[in-house]
Amino acid sequence: MKQELVKYLLFTLCVLLAPLAFLDSYLLNVLVFVGIHTLLAVGLNLLLGYAGQISLGHAAFFGLGAYLSGVLTTTYGWNPWLTMLVAALLVGGMAFAIGFPILKLKGHYLAMATLGLGIIIYIVFNEWVDVTGGPSGFSGIPNLQLGQLVFDSDLKNYYLVWSFVLGCVLLSVNLANSRIGRALRAIHDAEVAARVVGVNARLLKVQIFALSAMICAIAGSLYAHVMTFIAPPSFGFNISVELLTMVVIGGLGSIYGSFLGALLLTLLPEFLRFMHDYDIVFYGGLLMVMTIFMPGGLVQGIPDLFRKLLGLRKGKGGSHA
Amino acid sequence: MLTRIMTVLMLSAAMLLSASFALAADTIKIGGLFAVTGPPAFLGEPERNTAKMVVDEINKSGGVKGQKLELIVYDTAGDATKAVQMATKLIRDDQVVAIIGPSTTGETMAVIPVVEKARIPLISCAAGSKITDPVKRYVFKTAQNDALAVERIYDYLKRQKKNRVALLTVSDGFGASGREQLKALAPRFGMQVVVDDTYGPKDTDMTSQLTKIRASQAQVLIVWGTNPGPAVIAKNAKQLGLKLPLYMSHGVSSKKFIALAGDAAEGVKLPSGKVIVADVLPKKDPQKASLLAFVKDYQNQYKQEGDHFGGHAWDAVMLLKGAIERGANTAESIRDGLENTRQFHGIGGTFTYSANDHAGLSKDAFVMVEIRNKDWSLAK
Amino acid sequence: MELGTQLLQYLLSGLSTGAIYALIGIGFSIIYNATGIINFAQGEFVMLGGMLTLFLLSVLQLPLWIAIPLAVLLAALVGLLFERLAIRPLRKASPISLVIITIGGAILIRGLAMLLWGKDTHSLPSFSGDEPIMLGGATLLPQHLWILGITVVLIGLNKWFFSHTISGKAMRACSYNPRAAGLVGIDVRRMVLFSFVISAAMGALAGIIVAPLTMTAYDVGIMLGLKGFCAAIIGGMSSGLSTVIGGLILGVLESMGAGLISSGYKDAIAFVILLLILFLRPQGLFGKPESERV
Repeated sequence: MKQELVKYLLFTLCVLLAPLAFLDSYLLNVLVFVGIHTLLAVGLNLLLGYAGQISLGHAAFFGLGAYLSGVLTTTYGWNPWLTMLVAALLVGGMAFAIGFPILKLKGHYLAMATLGLGIIIYIVFNEWVDVTGGPSGFSGIPNLQLGQLVFDSDLKNYYLVWSFVLGCVLLSVNLANSRIGRALRAIHDAEVAARVVGVNARLLKVQIFALSAMICAIAGSLYAHVMTFIAPPSFGFNISVELLTMVVIGGLGSIYGSFLGALLLTLLPEFLRFMHDYDIVFYGGLLMVMTIFMPGGLVQGIPDLFRKLLGLRKGKGGSHA
Repeated sequence: MLTRIMTVLMLSAAMLLSASFALAADTIKIGGLFAVTGPPAFLGEPERNTAKMVVDEINKSGGVKGQKLELIVYDTAGDATKAVQMATKLIRDDQVVAIIGPSTTGETMAVIPVVEKARIPLISCAAGSKITDPVKRYVFKTAQNDALAVERIYDYLKRQKKNRVALLTVSDGFGASGREQLKALAPRFGMQVVVDDTYGPKDTDMTSQLTKIRASQAQVLIVWGTNPGPAVIAKNAKQLGLKLPLYMSHGVSSKKFIALAGDAAEGVKLPSGKVIVADVLPKKDPQKASLLAFVKDYQNQYKQEGDHFGGHAWDAVMLLKGAIERGANTAESIRDGLENTRQFHGIGGTFTYSANDHAGLSKDAFVMVEIRNKDWSLAK
Repeated sequence: MELGTQLLQYLLSGLSTGAIYALIGIGFSIIYNATGIINFAQGEFVMLGGMLTLFLLSVLQLPLWIAIPLAVLLAALVGLLFERLAIRPLRKASPISLVIITIGGAILIRGLAMLLWGKDTHSLPSFSGDEPIMLGGATLLPQHLWILGITVVLIGLNKWFFSHTISGKAMRACSYNPRAAGLVGIDVRRMVLFSFVISAAMGALAGIIVAPLTMTAYDVGIMLGLKGFCAAIIGGMSSGLSTVIGGLILGVLESMGAGLISSGYKDAIAFVILLLILFLRPQGLFGKPESERV
């Protein structure tokens, strides 16, 4: 446990100090979005990496959080913090309810079902013009504020978003190292065996699905208040694929890996900018190469590479946080 | 395993540090946000090409008041989040004094708070009326308001003594905005909307919607979308033997539409910026000279006809040039200079901005055109 | 125009759209049955069919009757490359890796298409003209007849291949039990390759016959692929008649839904049906329930 604590403190320290290196740079703005993507990736990782359930529709929960926050605060004047809580609970509840039938499916069927769910929700965002503003998007969402402090600058939003990320990481690391975490890993490896020894697999999977959805909804609320404008394309199938990529590239089952994946994919457009139209090809190629050559993600792949280069024996990599 | 967390932190530091570059030069820096890739690429690509072309031309003839323009373009892929990020980058890192674009209304709405806060003037190439209505201090636009296009169509219909319309609009930003205006302006022209239907941007068969429309009381069908949807609709309409006159939006005012729809395009009418009928305009039209020059230059440089969308960027750069010439090259004075633009004969129309009009055009920016013999001609 | 004719029109339009979904769905099923993989890149083969034909017609100026088979051949080649480079290295991988790699492959193919042929939409000439055919008040285009006809032929070929040729039967054996198939001397890896090649060819052909109606661009593969998959699920992942019926049902329901209920939510119809089938009858309308050994 001490190791986990050290890792967490190290991470927290870097997160808190990072802005000082980028105060006047637009990278600070990017780091805010890295934070939001990290939240999403960690949420998805709980479902994907730990419980081993594929979801290709997670952007929908992100969108639900964003639209619920946006609409309730702007059109109905609700308190943004209250709305964030309500949105998270509502989305979590919805995920819980739909989780029962959906998580009976496995592998590719689950992937397609979540994909279908994601697309249906996207279509609702796009078509229900009276409420969501439809394809033109929804603007005028207020910034969050705490008393006199209004979160309207990149620096303030950075600390706002990353506080949530740090909280979420803490929660996830604790979860992963608890009895629940072990039960999840058991389900991932051999579901029937886990059930035989008394793990209520069905309930646990649905609970993680709901938790994962809640985290994504919170990320959505934060996104809405930071951007002050939301539109359906930010919550479509491509985004679900991007999230999946972040988790896989970072390393399934590695919380800090999800951060790495989120960072890499949010920054990738910066590096690829000089490639203009080639970036799509590069992105697809990267996905394929990573999947073939580094299936454990970067958190496993880079140290392995290092060790190979240094001529040491390859260590046994398990799925740790 | 500490190796893992160290890997994470070291890789992160490496990535972040290598992502921050810096530039410095003694030029007037202008930012460009265009959707060069992604679904709105048919807007962003000609816009970026045109902007580059015009900036090069200006620099070749000595720049603006002796200083060269430097255009820094970022591709937003039509994504609002990217547009916001790139706008921030242009303002913070690249230190631009003005921004041209974005290409779509959605992205523009997302970027508005950023430029308003940073006090950098923005000239959007998107069509949504709500970009400049209500007026924002630093936000201007060059693309004609969709409201103007709608007014043009309704005006024409009124003269034709038709008043029952069926609407078929695409469910994206452009279509949604058009639909809003079509419904809002209908009463003013005595139009009655009898069918209000939609189609998806990637849909390939609209016979269901057209069948419904055929069974209705509509006298006229107005289609609001961009290629390829309207071309499919035109073909479907021909297949079904739909007798209703077809009116489209300026979203298809390019030869591409005629190429896609083939014979089905015959007789289709739409409001268009004057650029596609530049050669048949009356000689005394004040825009004719600029239009012909634009079409010719674009053709020379990019081997394609300069179109309606590229024109938005042409207008934006030229308006900026005018503003800089009128004042200084700081953001604030450019903004003031823009607001003082009077009677600038551009590609999209004749622009006159003012303190409460940052869209600058009137409905003369559009002419009704008709497709006859696979080419554009002025509608009678 | 009374309701009867309207319904007839919806039916006819739906049937031809459904035929395309069916062809794409069969492509999914063939690969799934041989390998257990859902090929997310299937839609891109459909796109390649249309785009390659266009390229051969316009740039190389080949006549239609040469361009089409050549395009199908080229698409099949892409399928082969895809299997070799992407799927084969991942023999023992988890479903997640397989999903990601086919998605990655789809993105790559789409990106290459965009680079090679641009982002524009293009029209393909109809095979035999555009004169509408009247059928009891509703209309059909000659191209629709081509679609239905070619679909029927392909289904027939498919059935014949899988029931009456050695390779076809070998592929079926692989889908039932790869290990047993290997033990009786079937080269399972070769069968996997075949499945990709055949699916790619079928997908490409589907893309070609529908392109004159729907036009083609580098990104038409996404939605078509998804809808084709829905058809396959409805049909229980069979590579025969059930998927065809699944596709037709899907097409007709979509068409009716767009006309009678709402055209905006039309796409949602396909996915709601998908979810209902997956929840209530995952083996498809006609399949037998799957049992897993634990």
